Amino acid sequence: MSLPLAASELLLARQQMAFTLGFHIILASLGVGLPAITLIANWWGLRKNDDAAITLARRWSHAMALLFAVGAVTGTVLSFEMGVLWPRLMARFGEVLGVPFAVEGIFFFTEAIFVGLYIYGWKRLSPRAHLLTGIPIVIAGLGGTLSVVAANSWMNQPGGITMDSAGKVTDVRPLEVIFNGAAGYEVPHMLLAAYLVAGFLVASIYAVGWLKGRRDRIHKLGFLIPFTVATIAMPLQFLVGDTAARAIAVDQPAKFASMEYILDTGPNQTEWLGGVLVGSQVKFGIGIPDLDSILVGFSPSTVVTGLDQIPEDERPPAPTLLHLAFDAMVGIASALLLLVGWFAFSWWRRREPPESVWFWRASALSGIGCIVALESGWIVTEVGRQPWVVHGLLRTEDAVTGASGIAVSLAAVVVLYTVLGIGTILALRAMSRRWRTEGLTEQGVPYGPPADEEAT
Amino acid sequence: MSEVVGIAVLLWVVVTLYAVLAGADFGAGMWDLLAGGAERGARPRAFIDRVLTPVWEANHVWLIFMLVVTWTAFPQAFAAITSTLFVPLSLAALGVVLRGAGFAFRHIVRGTPGQRAMGATFAGASVLTPFFMGTVVGAIATGGVPPEGGGDQVTSWLNLPSVAIGALMVATCAYIAAVFLVSEARKAGDPEMQGYFRARALAAAALAGGLAALDLVLMSSASPQLYADLTGQALPLVIISAALGLGAIIQVLRGGGWARTLAVGAVTAVIWGWGVAQAPDILPGTLTFDQAAASSSTLITLFVVFGAAVLLVAPSLALLFSLQQRELLGEDDH
Repeated sequence: MSLPLAASELLLARQQMAFTLGFHIILASLGVGLPAITLIANWWGLRKNDDAAITLARRWSHAMALLFAVGAVTGTVLSFEMGVLWPRLMARFGEVLGVPFAVEGIFFFTEAIFVGLYIYGWKRLSPRAHLLTGIPIVIAGLGGTLSVVAANSWMNQPGGITMDSAGKVTDVRPLEVIFNGAAGYEVPHMLLAAYLVAGFLVASIYAVGWLKGRRDRIHKLGFLIPFTVATIAMPLQFLVGDTAARAIAVDQPAKFASMEYILDTGPNQTEWLGGVLVGSQVKFGIGIPDLDSILVGFSPSTVVTGLDQIPEDERPPAPTLLHLAFDAMVGIASALLLLVGWFAFSWWRRREPPESVWFWRASALSGIGCIVALESGWIVTEVGRQPWVVHGLLRTEDAVTGASGIAVSLAAVVVLYTVLGIGTILALRAMSRRWRTEGLTEQGVPYGPPADEEAT
Repeated sequence: MSEVVGIAVLLWVVVTLYAVLAGADFGAGMWDLLAGGAERGARPRAFIDRVLTPVWEANHVWLIFMLVVTWTAFPQAFAAITSTLFVPLSLAALGVVLRGAGFAFRHIVRGTPGQRAMGATFAGASVLTPFFMGTVVGAIATGGVPPEGGGDQVTSWLNLPSVAIGALMVATCAYIAAVFLVSEARKAGDPEMQGYFRARALAAAALAGGLAALDLVLMSSASPQLYADLTGQALPLVIISAALGLGAIIQVLRGGGWARTLAVGAVTAVIWGWGVAQAPDILPGTLTFDQAAASSSTLITLFVVFGAAVLLVAPSLALLFSLQQRELLGEDDH
């Protein structure tokens, strides 16, 4: 009787964690990427004496502050959930996971302080001093990503600890924990993803404006700055992602075999595009012979570990979900690579973005597409690690809380976060409407004296 | 051994910072809630908002530090607490979400009804988090959390002594915030607001004092050992707290400049009184700090990280406060 109940609680806990993390990852990405884009606009504006760039930096900084505030909230919820949903993970490995999280705390604190300085410094700090207050935000974003993703990659490839025969941690080597075997590719992969999400999302908003006929300098720069960031990051992401996939084939064979539909170990593996796994048959997929082996080891004779080598109770659930999520990520990334290639070509030839309306339509969709790719990648990492929460050391079912009531908290979280998400979007839209209607002149000169001398 | 003491002290420093700084934020939210209708409450609300705005997010991080230090340094105790107190911790987190969201959006939503809804969410949530955090403290103090975890999900915290500690926490936040606001009003040369919050500081002080006394009485039967320690090894701190609290009230009445410092001292003394009374146990009577502690390499790492945090964060905070004092920071009316 108690087993199915426990199983359903486990599923509910996983759903709550997945939902809250999947929500937070968007805000976190924007929290990392948007400050960099904002600072580039600010720096450009000061260097070229370009008011439009300064205005953009100023607007984006307000969006950044709002997103930071919401992200701080959803991030705090996650630290509660680590305890209330996964107490047995924390009991055993809290002291290990705590190391990168404590480091993250420093970066988060620094970020909170300097976001405040940057936002409240527009009017009365000197332009140079103000620009400088933005730099720690960007650095803190890099450091924060490193720490949080270090914790996640440690769960994929735990190392740097000594355990006694009962499995209790007796020694922790912090640098080995942070720079674990998977951190080398997971950290840059996530960091580039953050810059891509922020770049494409901001650019897509201005692309929509462009399609609606708003073709002033603000809209042009508002597109060019973030899209250029994405253009630089996109090919790098391909290299990092490719490296990651090859490393996973060796280090986390269960994850790789599921996401690539490798059923039997051996050479000459087929690369499947799309398709559904029914029993041991791939249906509706396009198979390219030998390609998977070539991608893993640059030769058709490369032997790839298949699911047959993985004990049945150690295989990730839902291989179809994993495979389709992986394909969605790679597919969207490929489309985006073509898009930034088009842009780069046009810029190289004419110093202008492409004129074709199709370029602008595709760019308008790039933000949403990039978020779908981000979430798909996250699903591959997380679902692909199951049934382990710490790979090879602790199964997720042994980490979950014994408390009942997750159904209620999950429902509350879904409702609350839906409202939070809608609220955030409405607030951003209200900001943008106000910017458009009030125009430039009424906002006061960015670095001039305050419009009203009264300190408000 | 000595590392464990050091980390326990560190944890208590973080708890104190969270209680004082976030407590002031929560309390300000409560006064916002109680300020009355849109017209009548406009002045105090605007004042609260002005005092609160530039640094509000920074205080959020103490909560995260508190959770991270606890789970890193005392993983077994953390797991015991979180697996037993699923309900109040989830509700405290709910308060964090509502408060943060309400605050973030209030500055953006224009028009009275929208602002009022946001403001009400923000202010209402300000009560939620301290109350349920208080019941968590109550559940720990009264032995509701078994060391192996999985204690009763309801009765562990939904009992008179724990609820009374929740109420004490709410009253304490209101008290600290009112004293802070009196000091700010005094500094800003705003006698109207000074008088307004003086009355509220006195009311909150009376309530907090009464609840503290009630909690002691309830504790004497719910947790006799802790009561004995509170009136034994921790007695000096309890007395210091009462004296400082009283001193703060006198300063508030006289319009003196020490009110804020004394009030912070009073709250600090209570928190350390609780720690000293419980010592050497993290879960009274069942689990010591030593037994719950992580490996010493982890604890030393935490010290190093904390040292780095102080080196990085202290100058940043100093910069923030110095710019704020020199009035170089101001809301961008963008």
